[in-house]
Formats: sequence, structure tokens, C-alpha cells
Amino acid sequence: MAKEIEINMETITEQIPGKLIDPSLKKKSKIEVKDVKVWYDDFNAIKGIDMNIKPNTVTAFIGPSGCGKSTFLRLFNRMNDYIEGFRMEGKIKINGDNIYKKKVNVEELRKEIGMVFQKPNPFPKSIFDNVAYGLKIQGITDKQLIEERVIYCLKQVALWDEVKDDLKKSGMALSGGQQQRLCIARTLAVQPSIILMDEPTSALDPISTAKVEELIFKLKEKYTIIIVTHNMQQASRISDYTAFFYLGELIEYNKTKTIFTNPEKQQTENYITGRFG
Amino acid sequence: MNNIQKNRLKDQIFKVWGIGCTLFALILLAFFIGDILIDGIMRIDWAFIIDLPSRKPEKAGIYTALMGSIWILFLTTIIAFPIGVAAGVYLEEYSKKNRLSAILEINISNLAGVPSIIYGLLGLEVFVRIMGLGASVLAGSLTLSLLILPIIIVATREAIKAVPKSIKDASYALGASKWQTIWNQVLPASSGGILTGVILALSRAVGETAPLIVVGALAYVPFAPESPMDDFSVLPIQIFNWISRPQHGFIENAAAAIIILLLITFIMNGIAVYFRNKWQKKLK
Ligand SMILES: Nc1ncnc2c1ncn2[C@@H]1O[C@H](COP(=O)(O)OP(=O)(O)OP(=O)(O)O)[C@@H](O)[C@H]1O
Ligand SMILES: [Mg+2]
Repeated sequence: MAKEIEINMETITEQIPGKLIDPSLKKKSKIEVKDVKVWYDDFNAIKGIDMNIKPNTVTAFIGPSGCGKSTFLRLFNRMNDYIEGFRMEGKIKINGDNIYKKKVNVEELRKEIGMVFQKPNPFPKSIFDNVAYGLKIQGITDKQLIEERVIYCLKQVALWDEVKDDLKKSGMALSGGQQQRLCIARTLAVQPSIILMDEPTSALDPISTAKVEELIFKLKEKYTIIIVTHNMQQASRISDYTAFFYLGELIEYNKTKTIFTNPEKQQTENYITGRFG
Repeated sequence: MNNIQKNRLKDQIFKVWGIGCTLFALILLAFFIGDILIDGIMRIDWAFIIDLPSRKPEKAGIYTALMGSIWILFLTTIIAFPIGVAAGVYLEEYSKKNRLSAILEINISNLAGVPSIIYGLLGLEVFVRIMGLGASVLAGSLTLSLLILPIIIVATREAIKAVPKSIKDASYALGASKWQTIWNQVLPASSGGILTGVILALSRAVGETAPLIVVGALAYVPFAPESPMDDFSVLPIQIFNWISRPQHGFIENAAAAIIILLLITFIMNGIAVYFRNKWQKKLK
């Protein structure tokens, strides 16, 4: 996995300098989860989950608070690695390679798998530098390439028209909704193939939420998206597949339509109809 | 009188008491500064700054002591700043949180409270005698560096701790390594706090007298130091020396030198406040 990605990044930066590579030309990212268990010290947060996720789909993770959605999501880009007491068993394969193998380069992995957080978290830097950051840390210095990529990504998230005149302004001076779209643009700039989103609209107003949802819909063509949400309407509006978690277990996982119209398990039905959780 | 009225009265009493205390401190300070200004302001001219020491008060100047202080400041900065910041970054970002690091942490905070003369004794033994540096500017600077290292380390750690975790997460999630995250996000976001701590620590170092006397700084040096290995004096020692002389002229000199020393520390503190404000604005 790490090796493949490295080659990938080289083609982007070396063979086509100055050119934008379309993520849809990149390898499709198939995700396989095999018997994954997670502990925080003695607490068993994920209790054995198997799951396959198809490329270029939007998968929604739903379930009551504390059931392990965020924990599970953060496994895909290994963001749990820093948490004290974190321990995990099982395999997560992306394009056939286990990302928890010893030799995996975590930094390369995260360039392939982007993440958008619950609370918009722009860097205390300019709008331009926010988007360019991912390229700078890869050692890319080609100014034209960086500029093109920044503009392209800001256009992708429909922020360009709003900020094109003050790219030097601090990213933190934007509104919450704009900040979140900036964070998405920042993630896109690294050209991942998978994007993880942990309740990306829970801190936003309805109009900003609609904009982000629209964006997710559009991004699906090029990226594989996994989104955690507490909003049932949102899950049903934007996702192709929905996974329902409860107390660290995957209770039901199916096409979104099926989950919302004809769930197999009683627990799922209770949750989506609001009878608990 | 009902409860609300009672509380309001308590509020008022406390307010008056608070204002009184603040005023008292300010008046004392103003009185002290005023007194010194009256004694010394007339004595300050360019000659006073660039004259060498002399037995005659009206001919004596602070040149050697001022240069000594500047040398000490300069060397202490280049020794203590990188070491202190690096240690702070290590303790906050790299060291494992275990028993050892907890003990280390408590000790560093305690070190910040050790009387400065103890550092002087340590410096005398280690730098002056064992390392054979003699009573040099370098030995003095190393001693003061030890003295202010704990302050810089603690300030660095506090400043780094104040950087929101969400910013670090965002950096990691974009594929940045730990070092890249520290260098590009954590340090810029905490630089104001770190600089504030460093400047305050340095302004403490310029005012230190006891450890330098122990290390062997002289009350009288004929020339300003020209290399790190030279003998030296510093402003506070010069002041101390002048104050202990009987002639009135030297008292005036001391007051004038105090004004200069105060000016230096006020300017340094002013810069520190400036950085702190700028930094707080940045992290909103
Ligand atoms: N850093 C941690 N240390 C210890 N326990 C944790 C940690 N993070 C999460 N947990 C525990 O793991 C369980 C799952 O947490 P997680 O954050 O994944 O839930 P979630 O489904 O995302 O909840 P929410 O919908 O509220 O975000 C919870 O019981 C939580 O208390
Ligand atoms: Mg969560």
C-alpha cells in the first residue's frame, strides 16, 4: 500500500509538473475491514467489525452517541495512533494492503486518505496558505502548481467567488460554513482518494449545511467518502450506503434506501425512527 | 437589609479595598521612581554612558558595566534560548508521559524557585573551577542561562499547551510528520508565548546580581569585555558598588545607572507585552 502510494505521489509531483491530476484517474480505493477490535485501555470500544466499502460511494455511519463511529472512522487514516491506551486488532485493507502492517508509512497513508473534522479547524494562517499547506509539507515548491491547485480546490468547494479577493486574509476570519469548506478544500489539495468526514455539518447553520451536502454529492464522482452523521435526513439524502453502529458493533449495513425503508433489524428501525438513541 | 443589599454592600467594600491596594502599590512605585529620577536624571548624558569607571564621581561612567550587561544578555540569549525552547518542545511533544517525566516536570518548576545565589555557587564550581573558564563573561552567561532555563522551559510548555489540538490533528491528517507539525503549526502558533517567556526571563537575567558576584564578576574593570573570556562587570554590580561609597556624587551616579537599568527592563517587558497581545489575537 505505502509503496503504491509513493509511486502515485511521484507521478503527480515529478512527471506532470504544473499540471493538475484528476483524482478520478487515480486508482480506485476499495476498503476491506476484517474482524477489527479496538480498546482504550480496558474499554472495548469496537467489538469485531467486518465491512467492505466500494469505491466512489458515500457511506454514512450512524448510531447513538458513544457507539464508536468516530473511533471506527479514525482507524482508516490511523488518527487513533496518538491516543494513549489505544490498541487494535484485525485488518483494514485498502486496495488489498493492510494499513496496520508495520512497514506502512503513516504520513503517505494520510495523503491518500483525507479527513474533515466536526469543528471547522482552519490553521491560523492565510486562506491561501491553508489550502497550500498539504503541498508545502510534501516539499512542493513549484509556485505555479501550488497556485493552480489552490484555485482549483477553492473552486471545487464553491468558495472561490467568496474569497478570491482576499486570499491573504486569515482562514480563521471566515464564517463557520466558509471555514468548513476551506477545510474541505485543504483536504482536496493533497488529492486523496478517500475522504473521511466526522459530523462535518454539525457545527453549521442550515444554509452552510446544504452547501456542504451539495459538495459531498459532487465529490462522490471522484472520491470515496465516509461520513459520520447524527442527522438521519442527511444520511438518507447524501449516502449510497448506511452503516448502523450500536455499542461498538456493526448492527446493520446496507444500501441507504433499504436501511431507511426496510431495515432488517428492529434496533435499526428503532434508531432511525427516533425511538431511542 | 435583605440579601441582595448585603451582597451589594460586600461588593462595594471589596471594590474599594481592591482599588486601595492597587493605588498603594502604584504610589509606592511612583514615589520610588520619582525619587530616583530627581537624584539621577540630571546626571545622564552621553558622557555618562561612554565614560570608563573613575575614582572621581563626576568623571565616572557606566560604559564597562553597560557593555558587560549587553555581553551577558547576548551570550545568555544564544545559550538559553535554543536549549530552553528545545527542552520545552521535547517535554511537551516527545517525552512519554510516565513517572520519570512527571518527576522531571515537578523539578523543573521547582528549579524556577531556587534562590539565585545557589545558581551562583553551582556556576562557580562547574564553570569557573572545573571547566576552567575563570571569572569570565562566558562563565557568568552560562550561570545565568542555568538560572533562566527553567523559566523558558515552563513558558515554552505553557505556550505549546495552548495550541489547540484541532490544529495539530488537521496537520497530521494532511500527511504532515510530527516534526513538520511542530515546525509549521505548533511553533508559529506558540511563538508569541515563547518569546514573551524568553524576554521576561532575560529581563530577570539583566537584573541579577548575586550569582554574578559569586561567579567572580568585578565591581571595577578598567575596560569593557572584548571576548567571552574577558573579566566583566554588570550594571547592578556597578550600582551596588556606587551606592556603598560615601561621596554624594556616587549616589547620583547610582541613581542615574538605576534609571538606565530600569529603562532596559521596561523596554524588554514592553516588547514582551507586545508579543503576548499579538499572539493572543492570532489564536483569537
Ligand atoms: N481517547 C479516548 N480514551 C478513552 N475512551 C475513549 C476515547 N475516545 C473515545 N472513547 C470511548 O469510546 C467509545 C466510542 O467513542 P466515539 O467517540 O468513537 O463515539 P461516537 O460514536 O463517535 O460518539 P459521538 O456520536 O458522540 O461522536 C465511547 O464510549 C468513548 O467514551
Ligand atoms: Mg464522534
